[in-house]
Amino acid sequence: MINMYEVSETNKMIESENLDVRTITLGISLLDCIDSDLKELNRKIYEKITTTAKNLVSVGRDIEKEFGIPIVNKRISITPIALVGGAACKTPEDFVEIAKTLDRAAEEVGVNFIGGYSALVSKAMTKSDENLIRSIPQALAVTERICSSVNVGSTKTGINMDAVRLCGEIVKATAEATKDRDSLGCAKLVIFCNAPDDNPFMAGAFLGVTEADAVINVGVSGPGVVKKALEKVRGKGFEELCETIKKTAFKVTRVGQLVAGEASQRLGVPFGIVDLSLAPTPDVGDSVAEILEEIGLERVGAPGTTAALALLNDQVKKGGVMASSYVGGLSGAFIPVSEDQGMIDAVHAGSLTLEKLEAMTCVCSVGLDMIAIPGKTSASTISGIIADEMAIGMVNQKTTAVRLIPVIGKDVGETAQFGGLLGYAPIMPVNEFGCETFISRKGRIPAPIHSFKN
Amino acid sequence: MKKCIVTVLGKDTVGIVAKVCTYLAENKINILDISQTIVQGYFNMMVIADVTELDKDFTALCDEMETLGQEIGVSIHCQREEIFEKMHRL
Repeated sequence: MINMYEVSETNKMIESENLDVRTITLGISLLDCIDSDLKELNRKIYEKITTTAKNLVSVGRDIEKEFGIPIVNKRISITPIALVGGAACKTPEDFVEIAKTLDRAAEEVGVNFIGGYSALVSKAMTKSDENLIRSIPQALAVTERICSSVNVGSTKTGINMDAVRLCGEIVKATAEATKDRDSLGCAKLVIFCNAPDDNPFMAGAFLGVTEADAVINVGVSGPGVVKKALEKVRGKGFEELCETIKKTAFKVTRVGQLVAGEASQRLGVPFGIVDLSLAPTPDVGDSVAEILEEIGLERVGAPGTTAALALLNDQVKKGGVMASSYVGGLSGAFIPVSEDQGMIDAVHAGSLTLEKLEAMTCVCSVGLDMIAIPGKTSASTISGIIADEMAIGMVNQKTTAVRLIPVIGKDVGETAQFGGLLGYAPIMPVNEFGCETFISRKGRIPAPIHSFKN
Repeated sequence: MKKCIVTVLGKDTVGIVAKVCTYLAENKINILDISQTIVQGYFNMMVIADVTELDKDFTALCDEMETLGQEIGVSIHCQREEIFEKMHRL
């Protein structure tokens, strides 16, 4: 039988070390809503979401109460809208109408974000894909809860450089369209390489076409728990360090698996995956940077950072995999700048640069995440940064992503304020040499040789 | 059998065990294991109980126990056992 020590260990993790379930994400397929009439399509989408997700928030609250574990977010991911809206939407403005419908549906069921205002264009774009991408700036400006993503590359297809070029312009236009809110729209726009179909985390969540009609995916968290556990093995060897991370990741993931199973059963929706990611928040003691510093770095960004992060990421997976029946999504340590107090401090201290962050993304999920850059940065430079990150994902057969915020009207030394879970970010300098000639080339970068495995 | 774990934490005073146990009995909750210590004047109790016969919603039980805690001046949490079982047992 459970003993007092085990009970107090669990409750201490929850009460003082920020252990929580970061998100229960209900994936809803909208493929059966497809219609050539835009009004009819909007009606069907609204109906499907508000019916399927009717009990999501209340079930989440019940689970929180019964198990005494906070579930921070209840969210929805949907089939990429470029596929759903293709038959009805002839212009970018038509797609914006769907965005408004999604926003209303999300508000009705009480979720804070709905992800899947997306296009999958890793090889090439259809007219519908392009219209959706071109509608993103306006869609994110006139809605509150929509999250958007574009998959522009994969190991199998290479990188669609036409889409990369367009996305640089779209990021810039989104920043302009939301400049009254420190370009907040860009915090809800992710450019992916190798995007997973079952990611529960925003802003990059969508429900891939390989998925069921509805599915429950859960994202766990717990950087604070790992940090506290590592405080007890200061000065010890790598073996003990790695064992501690694994054991902690196992415990954290078991909670996620339990919550996923309960939610799935109560909602009558099949369980999909648990995403093992260590997801930080701006709260003190909920930081991935602090774990890296606990491992032995004076500051994140110092030499040794990439190795420490590689170790952390791998041990989290090794511990987590056995704790869940199905693992998926992004599953790795997140290193967003604005959402992690330790990262923000490292930028202020001059330890963490954009280039070091790029190196770090080679060994962990997900990518250049929530990084504020000067508003004057050109669209082609943004495309260049996206292309670099996509190349890392393509060659290493992993998911990478870019969520950059060119903060219009602000420059290096200033701070962008996003509020809530999105936090705030110091504006980081960008290499000022251009890449326009490279970005303006048409077509795509071919898939790497090691993708031909058949 | 459906089990729950009740934890009680707070400043020691007369009658904490009595009040908690009375409440459990009134709700047809059978105590399976109970341990209690006092550390530097702070009361710390854990009860493992069987809630199979409980005739109300489990979330209502959690709320009522929390209210009872406020009345006594301690913090009471009631959680389903699975969260501990899953985390600490293979």
